[in-house]
Amino acid sequence: MPTIEMTNPAALPADWRDLLALTKPRVMYLVVFTGLCGLLVAPVTLPFVLGFTAILCIALGAGACGALNQWYEVEIDAKMRRTAKRPLPGGRVDRQSALHFGVGLGFFSVILMGLATNWLAAALLAVSILFYVIVYTVWLKPRTTQNIVIGGAAGAFPPVIGWVAATGHLSALPLLLFAIIFLWTPPHFWALSLFVRSDYAAAGIPMLPVVAGPQNTRRQIFIYSLPMAASAIAPWLLGLTGPIYGVSVAVLSFVFLVLAARVLANRATEPAQMAPEKKLFAYSVFYLFALFAVLVADRWLAA
Amino acid sequence: MKLEEEIVRRQRDRARIMALLLGAFVVLVFFITIAKTGMNW
Repeated sequence: MPTIEMTNPAALPADWRDLLALTKPRVMYLVVFTGLCGLLVAPVTLPFVLGFTAILCIALGAGACGALNQWYEVEIDAKMRRTAKRPLPGGRVDRQSALHFGVGLGFFSVILMGLATNWLAAALLAVSILFYVIVYTVWLKPRTTQNIVIGGAAGAFPPVIGWVAATGHLSALPLLLFAIIFLWTPPHFWALSLFVRSDYAAAGIPMLPVVAGPQNTRRQIFIYSLPMAASAIAPWLLGLTGPIYGVSVAVLSFVFLVLAARVLANRATEPAQMAPEKKLFAYSVFYLFALFAVLVADRWLAA
Repeated sequence: MKLEEEIVRRQRDRARIMALLLGAFVVLVFFITIAKTGMNW
């Protein structure tokens, strides 16, 4: 057998670990968790295997989004420190394989969702994948500072899909859960983009801190946090949840607003001095996890 | 490492993963069918 040095790893079949990395498993937790909570707070209890399949389909759909996002953004990822070692810019997976993998995963997740639960849930899953890939990744992200505002809708679908998978129809609570994640996304991502601003600038992505500057972004973070907190408390005020949710979310949202106010007061321009922004970003992840956890606790403890 | 050896290793790894996933999928479809037809075991 001739000895040939490996000079072009992309010429090899992709390692399965790199295909797994294409699905961005680390950012999938929140999607799966919010989808699961949407399913658990629904007034209909699915058989375990159907509920499991619904959550699996949401996870696979999110994986398809991750793969197709990386397929489209390979040149951008190569310019950013945070993403330069991903499988595509790293040359460990070729673009066509990533495209086939993402499209295949997306079709599989939608069809399985339709067969296992209902076709409204499958249609919502398909819309969320197409919205993330076409509206957010291809259209908005490289063009406008509002990319994360409108694109945030893609990440807001999972609890709605979970609810519809269980019930077969939409109602007020899942739409409010959609609104909460939709309004949570801008402060969450803008806090991150403040301290990785140079990465986005190098890649030519018009994130708000790059185009409008840190102070304007800090103002927008605080402004968006207000309707986010109001929408978070709305399910309680409308009588859709109980006091466990209401009191817990009031406290959680108050802390969010305090941290957002600290970000607003910060004047730093260097990432090393952006402790309030880093704290808000970390807390925003905890906030969404905690909000959905108390939502489920409220529903099950009240029952 | 030789290129051909690396290709064979990756193909073998992927074939194993695919076999496991297909097996899991068959089991999942079986239990989905049981649940959808309303059979109680």
